[in-house]
Amino acid sequence: MTSVTDVSPARPALRLTRAIQGLERLIVPALLIAGWEAFARSGVLPPALLPAPSAVLHALGDWVFGFDETTQTYSGHWLRDALASALRVFGGFALASLLGILAGVAIGWSRLFEKTLEPTLQMLRPIPPVSWIPLAIIWFGIADKPAIFLVFLGAFFPVLMNAIHGVKTVDHNLVRAGAMMGANGRQMLTDIVLPAALPSIFAGLRIAVGSAWMLTVTAEMVAVKSGLGYVLWDSYYFLRYDIVLAAMISIGLLGYLTDLGLKAIMARTLRWQQTTTVQGRAG
Amino acid sequence: MAAIELRNIVKVFSDKRRGRDLLTLDNINLDIEANDFVCLLGPSGCGKSTLLNIIAGFEQATSGRTLVGGKQVERPGSDRGVVFQQPTLMPWLTAIDNIAFHLKLKGVAKAERHDRAMEFIDLVGLRGFEHHHPSEMSGGMNQRVGIARALLMNPSVILMDEPFAALDAQTKLEMQEELVAIWQKRRCTIVFVTHSVDEALVLGNKIVVMTKRPGRIREAVNFDLPRPRDITSPEFNDAKRHVLSLIREESTRLAQAS
Repeated sequence: MTSVTDVSPARPALRLTRAIQGLERLIVPALLIAGWEAFARSGVLPPALLPAPSAVLHALGDWVFGFDETTQTYSGHWLRDALASALRVFGGFALASLLGILAGVAIGWSRLFEKTLEPTLQMLRPIPPVSWIPLAIIWFGIADKPAIFLVFLGAFFPVLMNAIHGVKTVDHNLVRAGAMMGANGRQMLTDIVLPAALPSIFAGLRIAVGSAWMLTVTAEMVAVKSGLGYVLWDSYYFLRYDIVLAAMISIGLLGYLTDLGLKAIMARTLRWQQTTTVQGRAG
Repeated sequence: MAAIELRNIVKVFSDKRRGRDLLTLDNINLDIEANDFVCLLGPSGCGKSTLLNIIAGFEQATSGRTLVGGKQVERPGSDRGVVFQQPTLMPWLTAIDNIAFHLKLKGVAKAERHDRAMEFIDLVGLRGFEHHHPSEMSGGMNQRVGIARALLMNPSVILMDEPFAALDAQTKLEMQEELVAIWQKRRCTIVFVTHSVDEALVLGNKIVVMTKRPGRIREAVNFDLPRPRDITSPEFNDAKRHVLSLIREESTRLAQAS
C-alpha cells in the first residue's frame, strides 16, 4: 500500500538488483550445461551416443532456422512441428479441462453423480494412456484425432480429481451463508461453490497441462506424421541423438512457457488469495 | 403475533457411529416479540446454537414447530439474516461485494448494488475499506462486514451465533456498543447466542437462560435497564446475581444428579 514514488531516486540501483536476481535462475542450468559440454568433449562416450550441448544447439538452430540442413528434412520446420504439437496439446487439454471441471463439480456436489459416475471414472483412471493407442487408432484413424484423444486421457484425470476435491472441501458455512442470502441451486454452484473451489481447480489444471505435454511423444509416436514427438521418435530410428535432445528441449521449453501462462492467469484470477498464502509473502 | 414462535422444539442427533441418540433440545417453547433483543445464554453444548440453526433453517427440529413472522420455517432464507461465529465471507469478494451479495443473487445491477451497499459500509464504519478483501482486514472488520451483509437484506430477524467470541476484549466492547446503536436506530429483532453472562446483560432486553444438555429453557428474564448500560451499577449487578444464581442452581442440580 505504500507509495511507489518514495523509492524513485533509488530506481536505477533497484533495476540492477533485479537484473542480478534474474541471473539467479540461470546459475543451475548454466552449470549443468557446462558440465555436460565438458563431459561430452572428454571423449568417454562416442559423440553419436552423447552429443555435446553445442551440437544439440546446432541441430536445434538448424531445425528452427534452416541454415545448413544438418537436420536434413526437418531443417527449418521447427515452427510447423511445434505448432502441430501445440495444437494437439491445447485441443486435448481444453477438452480435458472442460469435461474434467464439469464432471468433477458434478461428482463433488451431488451424491447421485458421485454414486453413478465416479466408480467408472476411477476405474478408467489407472489405465495408462499408452494402452489406449490400439483403440485410438481404430476409432479415430491416423491423424490429429487419436493424438488429441491420448492427450485428453492424460490431462482429464488430474483436472477431475482436483475439481472433486475442491468442491468437497468448500466450507459448508459458505454454503449456509449463500442459502441465507437466498441463493438458488444454480447460483449456489456458480456464485459460491465454483469460486471457492477455484484454487484447487487451478492446481489440477497446472498438473494437467504438464501431463498433456508429457503425452506428445506417446501420441505422435504412432498416430501422426508431424510434431515434436514425431520428430523425436523418427530421429531415434536414424540415431540422430542431437535431434532427439533438441526435441526434448523443445517440449520442455514449450511446457514451461505454457505453465508460466497458466500461472499468470491463475495469479490474476486468485488475486484475493495471495495475501494469505506463502506465495504472497514477497509482496 | 410474535416475530418468532418456537413450539415444543425437540432435537435429537443420532450418533450413528456409537449407535445411540443424543437429546440436544428438550421441548423448547419460546415467543420472541418484534424488536426484541433476545440473548440465548447457556454453557457450551447446551444446544443454543442448534436452536439458532433451527430458526435459520440450517437444521430441522426432530419435532415441534418453528414460526417466523407466522410462517413455518422450512429452509434458510433472506428473511432471516445470520451472522456467523466466524465471519464466513466469500474470500474472493471485496467488502462491498460481500455486503451486496444478496442483491447480486437477486440480479440487481452492479452500480445500484454498490450504491445500496455504501449505506451499510457507513453504518458499520468501514468507509475506505470497501474494496478490501477479507484477507486484508482484521477479524473485527470482517465481522462488521458480516453484520452489514445481514442488515442489507432488511430481514425481519437477525440471528447471531456468538459473533464476537473470537474478538479481543476491546474490539468486543466496541462492537457490542455499535450493535446496540444499530439495533436502536433500525429497530429490528435480534436473537443473539452467547455463553457470556456479561455480554448477554449488556446487549439483551430479554435473557433466555438455558440448561446444560439436554437444552431446556431455565428462565426467560426481562431486563429493561436503560442504555447505555453501566456494567458497574447496582441494577446491573442485581440482574447478574440473579442470572448467575440460575446457572449455579443448574450446576448444583447436575452435580447432585451425577
